[in-house]
Amino acid sequence: MQRIGVFVCWCGSNIAGTVDVVRVAEALKSEPGVVHSANYQYMCSQAGQQLIKDAIKEHNLTGIVVCSCSPRMHEATFRKTAAAAGLNPYMVEIANIREQCSWIHKDMEEGTEKAIVLGRTAIAKVNLNAPLKPGESPVTKRALVIGGGIAGIQTALDIADAGFEVDIVEKKPTIGGKMAQLDKTFPTLDCAACILTPKMVDVAQHEKIRIFSYSEVEEVKGFVGNFDVKIRKKARYVKEDVCTGCGLCTEKCPMKKVPNDFNLGMDNKRAIYIPFAQAVPKIATIDADYCNMLKNGKCGVCAKVCTAKAIDYTQKDEFVEEKYGAIVAATGFNPISMDKFDEFAYSQSKDVITSLEFERLMNAAGPTAGKLLRPSDGVHPHKIVFVQCVGSRCSSCAEKGKEYCSKICCMYTAKHAMLTRDKYPDTDVTVFYIDVRTPGKQFDEFYRRAVEEYGVHYIKGMVGKVSPEGNKLIVQGSDLIANKQLKIEADLVVLAAAIEPDKSARPLATMLTASMDTNDFFTEAHPKLRPVESPTAGIFLSGACQGPKDIPETVSQAGAAAAKVIGLLSKDKLTGNPCVAQSDEMMCNGCSSCEKVCPYGAITYVDKEFRGPNRTTLIRRVAQVNEAICQGCGCCTVACPSGAMDLKGFASKQIMAEVDAICK
Amino acid sequence: MQKITREVLIAKADELLKNGTVTKVLGLKKGEFSYDQTPTVFTDIESMKKDFVFDDFSGANFSKYLVKETKKGEGKTLVFLKPCDTYSFNQLLTEHRFDREKVYVVGIACDGMVDIKKIKGALGDGVVSVDCSTDTLKVETLYDGVKEIAKADVLAERCRNCKSKKHVAYDELIGEDGEVVASNRFDQVEELEKMSADERFAFWQNELSRCIRCNACRDVCPACTCEKCVFDNPNSGVQNKAAANSFEEQMFHIIRAFHVAGRCTDCGECSRVCPQQIPLHLLNRKFIKDINGFYGEYQAGEVEGSRAPLVNYTKEDLEPSEAVNRGDK
Amino acid sequence: MQVNGYKPKIVAFCCNWCSYAGADLAGSNRLAYPAEVKVIRVPCSCRVNPMFILRAFQRGADGVILCGCHPGDCHYTSGNYYTRRRMALLFSMLDYLGIEKERTRVEWVSAAEGAKFAATMNDFVQTVTALGENKRLEDLRCKK
Repeated sequence: MQRIGVFVCWCGSNIAGTVDVVRVAEALKSEPGVVHSANYQYMCSQAGQQLIKDAIKEHNLTGIVVCSCSPRMHEATFRKTAAAAGLNPYMVEIANIREQCSWIHKDMEEGTEKAIVLGRTAIAKVNLNAPLKPGESPVTKRALVIGGGIAGIQTALDIADAGFEVDIVEKKPTIGGKMAQLDKTFPTLDCAACILTPKMVDVAQHEKIRIFSYSEVEEVKGFVGNFDVKIRKKARYVKEDVCTGCGLCTEKCPMKKVPNDFNLGMDNKRAIYIPFAQAVPKIATIDADYCNMLKNGKCGVCAKVCTAKAIDYTQKDEFVEEKYGAIVAATGFNPISMDKFDEFAYSQSKDVITSLEFERLMNAAGPTAGKLLRPSDGVHPHKIVFVQCVGSRCSSCAEKGKEYCSKICCMYTAKHAMLTRDKYPDTDVTVFYIDVRTPGKQFDEFYRRAVEEYGVHYIKGMVGKVSPEGNKLIVQGSDLIANKQLKIEADLVVLAAAIEPDKSARPLATMLTASMDTNDFFTEAHPKLRPVESPTAGIFLSGACQGPKDIPETVSQAGAAAAKVIGLLSKDKLTGNPCVAQSDEMMCNGCSSCEKVCPYGAITYVDKEFRGPNRTTLIRRVAQVNEAICQGCGCCTVACPSGAMDLKGFASKQIMAEVDAICK
Repeated sequence: MQKITREVLIAKADELLKNGTVTKVLGLKKGEFSYDQTPTVFTDIESMKKDFVFDDFSGANFSKYLVKETKKGEGKTLVFLKPCDTYSFNQLLTEHRFDREKVYVVGIACDGMVDIKKIKGALGDGVVSVDCSTDTLKVETLYDGVKEIAKADVLAERCRNCKSKKHVAYDELIGEDGEVVASNRFDQVEELEKMSADERFAFWQNELSRCIRCNACRDVCPACTCEKCVFDNPNSGVQNKAAANSFEEQMFHIIRAFHVAGRCTDCGECSRVCPQQIPLHLLNRKFIKDINGFYGEYQAGEVEGSRAPLVNYTKEDLEPSEAVNRGDK
Repeated sequence: MQVNGYKPKIVAFCCNWCSYAGADLAGSNRLAYPAEVKVIRVPCSCRVNPMFILRAFQRGADGVILCGCHPGDCHYTSGNYYTRRRMALLFSMLDYLGIEKERTRVEWVSAAEGAKFAATMNDFVQTVTALGENKRLEDLRCKK
């Protein structure tokens, strides 16, 4: 039996004005378990808290009920008070007789009666409270960043600058991501490489950062503060620590017809390659699909020319196991495939290209060395049509496009149009758009410049069809403002393809037990208040893997994710919320219902031995809750049919006792 | 359709026991009367030849017995499953209730089972035995000699509204597999929905007040396989044993139906075993009908590993207020 | 609220993060609603087991209302989506058994919606008062 103390607060006249506090304190004295009842003007004041502490000691109280303001206001205060007097802080319950009683009722009798019921309800609950102790777990003070684009780079740099070790896992041979493929960046038009490559060098030189390039995450175990991650280092057939990046092999390799994915297949590379001159790490990689030596054992030129003896044709995938306290997903995005958009003739004509391909065509390090030439015949185009929202905001064509706005296309299309007109004033540029969306600093000004200073023709309307005719492309579209159909003869058509999360994100989310939305973007712990955290504790989100983003937004989000990681890693121990779910293994069926509804992946199953009848042992599958991950929502307790799952601090029995007390 | 007989099943069991595929067989044995059948485990073919029965009264759903039986000893258990039983089988597998490797399923075609209560209703009590070898049943009665009755007239309610002749899980089949069939199983639910709230209350008051809390519905239900039922769990706050008041009957049946919602395969065992003949399946079917209407067609057990509607959601789900305004008269 | 001396008993389950805060805001703004409403604080609306609702009726509650964060705004991201399904099915079942459907309600109330909380409670109490005592799910032993 508990020994409960009741403390009724006047809150000056806030409560005492409508509630007869003396009568409440008197009435609650006779409730089961109550051994002491008092009232005081301001319970939260130092004197009031002292009164509680003294009473706890004097009456050997095992639980207290404070009838006062909302628990959202002072529950923490009174828990500390109790703890200071040696009482478990979770033996404290608050009856909210201010916000939910005295402030809303005018009649003293009514207010007093309700306050008594609320006090009785809290007493009924405390009678069933048990002391709770928050779990503690150590923190491995290292972070893993998955993805080495600008998001991953920025997050890694910020975490490392705070003094924590960071590993970056990048599936490509070099970090840099999509930004490395861009030419200029809006709205300032500074060159992407000029601002990105110094950061890449910073990463390479940072003593706290390691890069696992050409590597992928294979397995993730553990939980916040204590992740065990297995990383697959894919065989690149070049010894990383020996290769000097001189590039001789990439010039001598006889296999010249390998599509260059860095230039989106618009030119060729060799079977041994370095993606681009500023690659980090600057190490050659052999493409096993094309290398003759690996395919049929004939060649070996690269090994012969390599003075550093870095080539190793026998290399195998290697696995590295590391421990981390926090993981950041920064897996980025890709433009969607244009295969299903036959109306734009993307697969029929080489002169229908995506905006990212256009980016490479304009880039000095691209396939045309920065000269704007048509891919089909290498002739300079005089009439270019840009089509926006190809696959974006596509509610009617969900099977090939995306319902959401890809966010960056309006701005990069304005950039492309402007750069074209700037470099080639003889080229006529038309942009078809649904809406032009420019909500960013200096964004609308930028777009206005494209229209007003550079004379780009913006036409509100969609393109219905592009058909190749001779060496021209006939673009049929509608002008919604002039309300007429248009037919434009173009030399080059550029499609602003929608962007989607990288394909590696979905399997990664499964490994991380991080949730995703229907578009495979990672979901945030809270869309407004916790935008860089995943609902799974210890998993953070950086960049476009969470939703379409431009570079400034990505960098600020990357920094925010880093700040959250630093906050986590600077703790020595994690103290959990003790009000977590708890499974009674004797009653658990192992049905997995709880596991399915858990938003945090806090529930796992183990096969456990139990004593069966007649000295036999039975193996049963039972649920176990990881207290470090559980956030205490209680969803599992209702999903569980047998009632094996319960929530500490809000146990079924406690809530039923509250119900009973109210209805008494 | 091939008529499945006792002899066919004994031959199959003999073969599988002999070649070591299985070590035991779940089956039924005769009780006091041929139509009173009790589930039992056979470990040798002789006892099977002696006691094993299979006829139009062998409607018991054996999938639930596997939860306990597969945990006993080594070797596989042979079980004969009708199409409707295989849905329960799959649902139990989805919920990890037994090891699939320890079961050998022989799917048997089924053209419906007979309800002895219906025969007695038509011909009176005092039924000594029933010969089910043809579609015209020969009923031997205590007072009137042998009488004939068409099987179609005394089919069990659940067979009258059979939802599927297709086996969704098996190791081998005897007879040809059928298809999912269109049934009118929600007609009665719809009739109830059309009534006024007062009429519905009166209907259920009458039905549920007969409950004696014998727990037969719970004990037979293949979705009720909890290690310990919430009604037996002192920590649940709802522990109670016998019906002492109409509220508890209602509470018990509402909670039971809710706990199996989205998991109930509509096998109809609850109504079959109820000694008070309460149409419990009408509670389960209401949930199934609502789930289909609210969240899209879902048949529990049809696909192993599928996610039950109550452990799933979409952002566009209907509001509870919209749910109760449907079918409102 | 009182009709011929009858005052209903109303149990309101409120999630800690939105609706309980909304109820507090109603208090801070002195927005009155009947004293018959008594709030039970739960971490999330998804903590509310149908058994709690039935228990309240058993013990003599005349109405039970469940308040949570708006769909999409759950503090635990998805709890209220499960609540929505569970309660849709439970309420539909209660209606099917002939229990007056006005006695149960789910309402989404955010931390900023103090006015909505008060208005919801006023409306709910009025509806339940008009219905009168809960007779269909009562447990006579508990009324003694």
